[in-house]
Amino acid sequence: MTTATHGAPAEDTATSLPRLLPRSGQHPEDWHAHMARHGRLPYRDRPGDLILDLSAAGLTGRGGAAFPAHRKLSAVLDAADKRRRPPVVIANGAESEPASDKDATLLWLAPHLVLDGLQLAAEAVGAEAAILYTHTDRRNDVGRRLGQAIAERVAVGADRVPVQLAEAPPRFLSGQETALVSHLAGGPAIPTFLPPRITERGLAGAPTLVQNAETLAHMALIARHGPRWFRQVGTTAEPGSMLCTIRRADGTPRVAEVPLGMPLRSLIGDMGPDRAVLIGGYHGTWVPAADAMRLTLDNASLAAVGARVGAGILITPPPDRCALTETAAAVRYLALESAGQCGPCLNGLPRIAAAVTEIAVGRQRRQTQADLERWAGLVTGRGACHHPDGTARFVRSALITFAAEIELHRRGRCSGTSRKAFLPIPRDSARTEEDWM
Amino acid sequence: MLRDVSGINSSTALWYTSRATGVVALLLMTAVVLLGLLVTRQGRLPGLPRFAVTGLHRNLSLIAVVFVALHVLTAVADSYVHIPLTAAVIPLASPYERLWLGLGAVSLDLTIAVVVTSLLRRHLSRRLWRGVHLLAYASWPVAWLHSITSSPDLRHGALFLLAVACALVVVLAVLWRLAAASRDVPRAERVGHLMSALHHPMSALHHHRAPNAPQSRAPERASRL
Amino acid sequence: MSEKLLVNPIECAGHGACAELLPEMIAMDEWGYPIVDGRPIPPALERDARAAVSACPTLALRLLRS
Repeated sequence: MTTATHGAPAEDTATSLPRLLPRSGQHPEDWHAHMARHGRLPYRDRPGDLILDLSAAGLTGRGGAAFPAHRKLSAVLDAADKRRRPPVVIANGAESEPASDKDATLLWLAPHLVLDGLQLAAEAVGAEAAILYTHTDRRNDVGRRLGQAIAERVAVGADRVPVQLAEAPPRFLSGQETALVSHLAGGPAIPTFLPPRITERGLAGAPTLVQNAETLAHMALIARHGPRWFRQVGTTAEPGSMLCTIRRADGTPRVAEVPLGMPLRSLIGDMGPDRAVLIGGYHGTWVPAADAMRLTLDNASLAAVGARVGAGILITPPPDRCALTETAAAVRYLALESAGQCGPCLNGLPRIAAAVTEIAVGRQRRQTQADLERWAGLVTGRGACHHPDGTARFVRSALITFAAEIELHRRGRCSGTSRKAFLPIPRDSARTEEDWM
Repeated sequence: MLRDVSGINSSTALWYTSRATGVVALLLMTAVVLLGLLVTRQGRLPGLPRFAVTGLHRNLSLIAVVFVALHVLTAVADSYVHIPLTAAVIPLASPYERLWLGLGAVSLDLTIAVVVTSLLRRHLSRRLWRGVHLLAYASWPVAWLHSITSSPDLRHGALFLLAVACALVVVLAVLWRLAAASRDVPRAERVGHLMSALHHPMSALHHHRAPNAPQSRAPERASRL
Repeated sequence: MSEKLLVNPIECAGHGACAELLPEMIAMDEWGYPIVDGRPIPPALERDARAAVSACPTLALRLLRS
């Protein structure tokens, strides 16, 4: 375990947060600020070296799937050795979940950490090309600033592998690994069916590493401060810190860096018994407040209510909104974002959306809920990606958590008093092939 | 080329066999093309299980190849006119009826490519298989032209009507297939289509049809082949 | 050496030939798409499984060695 051997300033980086986000407010860190705070990029000069540290650190993907980072890098390195082809590394900053804001915030405030991580990942797997995939118009002029950041690094010779900026189409699936590769290859951002995995054969047939932007930022710090430092926050099974997007009833979304294992109560506040929190975004789970108040932000705790940490999205609609109606709108959005390639998803999601809408407008028939259950089961695990699975999970959790509200709606009533939408749902849906390119 | 039919000998028998197997081969090829078009639209033959369409398409194509082989071998074996065996696959290699037999060779070459790639389909890329299979659309008309030009049998009487009927049926089937494909919903529009149908307040789908009504599936799958 | 069935859901067009040839392991959902039993294929059904794989016009159904 190495600490501060690369000239990083003496700073109590052990247990104090934030680690990724700048300490002082909302000011983006430029190259100088980045160097002053974190020090030089600690290249290892030995491919695969970093992977050992990542394994010891127990870093898992922060894009939602929580796959161990060292295993992904190993897989790519092995494939590259076996097939004698240099791999490609891709920083996934697509953040196609509408309710999530953490990657956009990270890329805005601390782009150099992500770019450092990208270089380190490239070195670890022996890549010769790197891509930063994001929405360049998502926040102000982040596209231009990222371009500038990259140019700056090239100018000072910090980067060893050239970094290309690539644009993600505004689709829910555009951050899905195989869809991402499909788009970068010049096609629509729709998933392809494995095998082979993209770590084996991905972009242009090369072994491809797709890593969430935040995960790369953590890598950049683990490389500097070591695995033990990383483990100083979080839980033993799920170490480290993570970025969360918290949308509370009162204000605008907040992105915070928190330790894994933090009590949900501290993040979303105290909630009355008839409220609910959506954990994990639109592929996540609605959890009643009573349960949520006892849980902590880690998969071991959330498993008790069938939820997962995912990409760290926590949403608590205010009491004057009808979460059931909001859910119906979200499910319609999810259905429209289906790639339409796989029969069960194409047929199931629109029908599920129609049924949830039926329930929300108080027009459910006797078999509506039974149909919903059946369809949720039929779409799960039968597509090329997990979009139908996540949608089914989201819907099922709503049926359970909002059972009382559903009954109210069946009688023509509703506990919500405001019709203003709370859940962020994009208005434009895909109409033609162009919208997926 | 009219034959002297006054004496039945082995040469005559071979020549007649070649003509007969040629006709059968053409009929079989026609059936194979029609079945192939049906497969692309996931059509069914009434009264038969679903796998029968694909199964018949494949089995008949193999039988057709056998008949073509017989047709070629008997024509070559027949000593009245000299047709070298190579003329079966190399166009214009036959001094006898050079052009018309040449058409037959072209058609056979294409057919061999289609059949071989289909037998090895599992080991080939989807795109390669599909590209070669499309050559069938060229192979059939060339075979038909070969038949009409090489054989006087097919130029009058019942066989003429048969030849015309084959051409008519294939042309109509291809037009039908193209028309149906043009009504297919493109991938990017499929889910939008179904959403509109389900969410339209006056939609019959929504109120009256059972969830598994066959029509509700129609807009949601474009054909693959 | 056991084998398992796998459907490529993108290539699958819901033709239905597979379910006819191997009803013991492949059922059709209400939209005509196959629900495949992913467990190892019992030896008695191996021939039918191969027939089902062979009958698929889009080669969506495959056998995986496990």
